[in-house]
Formats: sequence, C-alpha cells, structure tokens
Amino acid sequence: MTRISLTVDGARVSDDVEPRMLLVQYLRERLGKTGTVIGCDTSNCGACTVHLNGTSVKSCNVLAVQADGGEVTTIEGLAQDGQLHPVQEAFRECHGLQCGFCTPGMIMQSVDLLNSNPNPSEEEIRLGLEGNLCRCTGYHNIVRAVQHAAGQGAGATS
Amino acid sequence: MIPAAFDYVAPTSVEDALAALAEHGDDAKIIAGGQSLLPVLRMRLNAPEWIIDLGRIESLRGVRDDGDAIVIGAMTPHAVVGADPLVAEHALLITKAVEHLADAQVRHRGTFGGALAHADPAGDLGAPARALGASFVIQGSGGTRTVGADDFFVDLFETAIGEDEILTEVRVPKHTGWGAHYEKFVRVAHQWPIVAVAATVRMEGDAIAEAGIGLTNMGSTPIRASGVEDALAGQPATEDAVHAAAERATDGTNPPSDLNGDADYRSHLARVLTRRAVLAAAGA
Repeated sequence: MTRISLTVDGARVSDDVEPRMLLVQYLRERLGKTGTVIGCDTSNCGACTVHLNGTSVKSCNVLAVQADGGEVTTIEGLAQDGQLHPVQEAFRECHGLQCGFCTPGMIMQSVDLLNSNPNPSEEEIRLGLEGNLCRCTGYHNIVRAVQHAAGQGAGATS
Repeated sequence: MIPAAFDYVAPTSVEDALAALAEHGDDAKIIAGGQSLLPVLRMRLNAPEWIIDLGRIESLRGVRDDGDAIVIGAMTPHAVVGADPLVAEHALLITKAVEHLADAQVRHRGTFGGALAHADPAGDLGAPARALGASFVIQGSGGTRTVGADDFFVDLFETAIGEDEILTEVRVPKHTGWGAHYEKFVRVAHQWPIVAVAATVRMEGDAIAEAGIGLTNMGSTPIRASGVEDALAGQPATEDAVHAAAERATDGTNPPSDLNGDADYRSHLARVLTRRAVLAAAGA
C-alpha cells in the first residue's frame, strides 16, 4: 500500500492505495465519483477523461499513485454553486449527446480544448476531440455544443 | 482490466532511479508517462514486480538551448515539446510530428523520451529523430554515454539503452530555418500510422540544398531514407524531381504485412507519402 494525498474537485483526500490502482478506479470506487465512467480497456475512448493539474488525461491510463500531490477535476467538479459549467449548459442546449455515456469525457476534453483555444474552428474542435469516441456517432451536435460554448465565452471563464 | 500487483517507487533523482534499477534488475520496469506501458500492464502482457516511476525527477523535464543543438529532457510531455518555441525554431519537424501524435490527453501525459525508449516502429517520434540526426544521452551507474540515432534503434521495441541504464535527454542538432512536414497515413483518428514520412529540407532559392527523411513503420525500427536524401540534394522542389527521388523511399526497408495493409501496399504508401511530405516541407 502507498499513501496518497491529492485534491479532487476542491476537496483534500488521503488514502492508502495499491500501486496498481488506476486513477479512474480510485475516483469511482474509493471516492464514489461515478460521474467519471470507464468505456474501454485500451485508453482509446476518452470517456474517463478528467483534468490532472490543469490538463486533460485519460484516468484509466494514470495510476492513482502518479496523481499523488496533484489536483484532479472530474465532471462532478465542474458545476459551481448549483450552476452548470457553460460547456455543460452548451451540451444541454445543443443536445450534444444521445445515450450520454461519452458525455463526461467529451465535456472534460472540450473544457480543456477551450482553455487552450477559446475560439476553435470546426476542424480544431474535431481534432481536439479525436481522443474521445461517441458510439452513437453524435459528433455533429457535440461539435455544435463546443462552438456554442465558445460563443458564450466558456474558454475565458473556465 | 487492472494490472497485476507490483511494488512502486518514485525516486526524485536519476541516481536514485539507477540505484532502484540496479537493485531490482530484471524484475523492474521503468514508467515514464505510462501511455504505452499502462495498457500493456492492464492487458497483462507484462507483469513486472517493480515499477520505477521517473515522474518525480524534475531534472528530466524541459527543453534547453545548448549551442548547436537543442536538448529535450526525456520526461518532457509531448504537449510541452509541441508548444515549445525553441523546438519550433530549430527542429520544426518534431513540432509537426507531435501535433498529430495520438490525441490531446495522451500528449499531456506521454513523454518524449518514453516514446522513443519504447521504440515502437509505428511510433511518431523515431522517424523525425532519425531525419534530424538526433543523439540520445543514456545514463548508467558508470556515467553517461551518447548514442547516435543510427545506432539507438536496434530492433522492434529494442534500443541501445542497457537494462541498468536510463535515457535522460535527446540532443537534436539545430535545423534552423529548415522546412518540415510529417505526413501520416491512418485509417482511424488518433491511431498509429500505417506508414508515415518525416521530411525536413533546407532550401536555397527554389532548390533543395539538403534533406532529412525518416520513415515510420517501414521495418522493425524507424528508418532513415538516405537514398531519398541523396537524390533530393541540389534538385528543384518540383513535382517531377521530388517524384523521382521519392522512388528510392523503399531502399533498405522491410515493411510488415498486417491487417492494415501488406508490405507492397506499405511500399506504395512510402513513395507517395515521401513525395507529399517533401513537397510540403519545401513549401512547394
């Protein structure tokens, strides 16, 4: 067992974990943050995307011990004071989901994209989201949602 | 799936990492960004008893100017390399290759040295490293040694790094002002290339004075297409001249046949992609 301490969605947490525990397992099984989902076994799909120290990562491809001392933001930490994050609002407004399984990862990656590029072109959005798969193939509305969020200044406020 | 159980150590200096490596030897595996290793562990294709994490060694991160070369720390994440102004100014080919390496999340975690040490012939950094004549600084308990790109890649997933050694940095000779392009052929977004070509050229007027060409996934290691380089030197950057030179792209290659394409198809791709990459690098 290895002792880890980190900040998850603004709260300090500390736990003994097996070194082999994946960050996504830690978030879901220890902290109950099941908003972050596991979609594949090959780090392909991006459904488990969270932010680690300010940038997006696939949390199924990071060990919990590697996140020791770090700061993690999950989909559950985006809303502030009951107000959805502008990117969450945009996904709702533009119906940027069908079954919804890929949505937590899509939103976390979209927030990351807008943080580094507040006004992406459609092509930049599609490239920026290339590590996130939508099995419903609902990509058109996802891209529209990101464009909508960019138009609302989401990149500047997040 | 989750990895088989292992013990874990995260040293904060290269010396401590080397000591851990000496202690655990064959039972240990080094993790850099983990973007290739963790899927391997999760699928239980490998089950080391010890994982030595280089992620806490600050001295292995960053890009610096060192006279006629730029030096990229082995643990510098791809995203940092891709955004670095020194790399863009002096080794534009690396910037171009990193841009389409995997996906944004993987570029945040994966590292420059980790990917090169992994030595996947379908990886995107080997061909640029060979085209640019990079050299690899490897540290062991007896000190450091430097290995040229032509000798670094030994075979499939095998490099000149010894079992008791660690890759610490990559030195890239400055190619200031050279045009560059990485032409990658994929079937599915954010995947490994079926074939890719890394091209960088120094122009004199409308002519190609010098060229560096590397091939991805055309053999068990990244390949330097020196036949193409020789044929391009002094040629105008025209479709005809580049087409003729690109015919030599398959010299000395041994492309694999797999579900993505057979060897003949890859050879065809290598010639076509070389033409496209050189013309784009030359701005033609």
